[in-house]
Amino acid sequence: MKKSKQFWLFIIAAVLVYTVVQVLIANGSMNQFYSNTLIFVAINIILAVSLHLVIGITGQFSIGHAGFLAVGAYVSAIVTMKLDLPFFLAIIVGGFVAALAGLIVGIPSLRLKGDYLAIATLGFAEIIRIVFLNIDYVGGAAGMQVSHLTTWTYAFVCLVITIIVIVNFTNSRHGIAAISVRENEIASDAMGINTTYYKVAAFAIGSFFAGVAGALYSHNFYIIQPGQFGFLKSFDILIFVVLGGLGSLSGAVLSAILLTVVSTYLQGYPETRMIIYSLVLILVMLYRPKGLMGTMEITDYFKLWRTPKGGGQHGK
Amino acid sequence: MESKTILEVKNAGIQFGGLKAVQNLNLKLNQGELVGLIGPNGAGKTTSFNLLTGVYVPTEGDILFNGERINGLAPFKVTRKGISRTFQNIRLFNELSVLDNVKVAYHSLATHTMLSSILRLPSHYKGEKEMEEKSLEFLEIFKLEKYKDELAKNLPYGQQRRLEIARALAAGPQLLLLDEPAAGMNPQETHDLMNLIGFVREKFDLTILLIEHDMNLVMGVCERIYVLDHGQLLAEGSPEEIRNHPKVIEAYLGEEVHDDNA
Repeated sequence: MKKSKQFWLFIIAAVLVYTVVQVLIANGSMNQFYSNTLIFVAINIILAVSLHLVIGITGQFSIGHAGFLAVGAYVSAIVTMKLDLPFFLAIIVGGFVAALAGLIVGIPSLRLKGDYLAIATLGFAEIIRIVFLNIDYVGGAAGMQVSHLTTWTYAFVCLVITIIVIVNFTNSRHGIAAISVRENEIASDAMGINTTYYKVAAFAIGSFFAGVAGALYSHNFYIIQPGQFGFLKSFDILIFVVLGGLGSLSGAVLSAILLTVVSTYLQGYPETRMIIYSLVLILVMLYRPKGLMGTMEITDYFKLWRTPKGGGQHGK
Repeated sequence: MESKTILEVKNAGIQFGGLKAVQNLNLKLNQGELVGLIGPNGAGKTTSFNLLTGVYVPTEGDILFNGERINGLAPFKVTRKGISRTFQNIRLFNELSVLDNVKVAYHSLATHTMLSSILRLPSHYKGEKEMEEKSLEFLEIFKLEKYKDELAKNLPYGQQRRLEIARALAAGPQLLLLDEPAAGMNPQETHDLMNLIGFVREKFDLTILLIEHDMNLVMGVCERIYVLDHGQLLAEGSPEEIRNHPKVIEAYLGEEVHDDNA
């Protein structure tokens, strides 16, 4: 009962945010720059939340997320540009092909742990990028022309679906199983959890939404090039998750918003941009070493509010 | 009345490189027994547990559970067959609540699918509700229900040990392997724990194999005892037989010094 109340509050808030922005865009009081920034924020939140499922929930340190973003971006671009099919179909196909890529990469590499897994996923992401670089069908290094089809509506609907799916997954026996893999893989195995299955499943779901983000991303620009999906892009996504607090979905959302806005505004100061961006990261890590939210969720704060004394269940 | 054999280990052993950690291990457990496995440090007790639960694959011999060969099965499959365990060094899911720790173990008995959870179908709510109720029952037996929302890492040590046993039970075992359940407990806590083990054994019709260092405890509760030393079975028998077994005394206290080699 309590959970479903939370769910409807979330839906109401989402509809409210969507309507306000949509009205502002429609009557012209929000210019292209702001609406583009908002779309970009939405895409980055999808990326952050999908990687949160892999790293924060399942505890698999993957740093090749940009590879799946690239798969989604290219596949969806092929669907709309080469096959002339509608955009919503391109988003779905992009997601599924990215999930398939996630399965292919995940099944062999998720046997590895920690640093080794990180290096393997990084390697796979680079392989994906180089494959696109060498396929003339998608333009090679010169890139591929893509129509601007991503709208606030598409971006926001995808964002809401992503969050609902990942929250629903997390708050179920399957989510608890995935967290148990993060907490203690040996014990999880000994309790009858098929740990490989949950690692691969989380990886595939994460890749699916990275692919969806890729579809939105490619159709938000006029051109995509393999260079946009290098390992620096993977690190950008990783930073969202780490800065937000490993294991906290609201943290990932918050830091994706914060960092996207900061980096967008800093584009006006190209000389000092990276210095300030780095300083923001260092300061946050100094003062919030467990990330912005630690392992807490926004909803936990509401609970603390209501029970100021006895609410210490998620204390440090 | 001859009771049914639940676990039979035939000449099982494992070799790590040149080291034979356990060899020629022969165990036979009957339905409903409480059997002890003792031995000095490094004798291979925990390694034997790891062989039984699939963490290690035996390099020789066979392990039969209810007549079915289980060596070579992955640990999670062994658990689903009905062997569940606790760990010598506590392995709880620290950042999960006490209730969720038990839910993880109950997981493999629940049936609602991932898709039903993502779409929040009625089967999800039904499955989750049942899971929560069952898990709470286990917490109540172990008197942990008041801690249910506490993170596992915040529990006092003795309660963590109890939670680990509750979790192992929630996996629905027929055979429970307890690896030093009383380690680090004071005499009162140990006493309570032993009563509890006796109680759950009756209630869930369990067979229990117990590793323990505390001799009084092992002698007090176990019906039969196996003694391991240097990876080999040294002796087997009732507590009384083990207590007076010359080889066991030798293994624990060292060889008797004879006058002529002094």
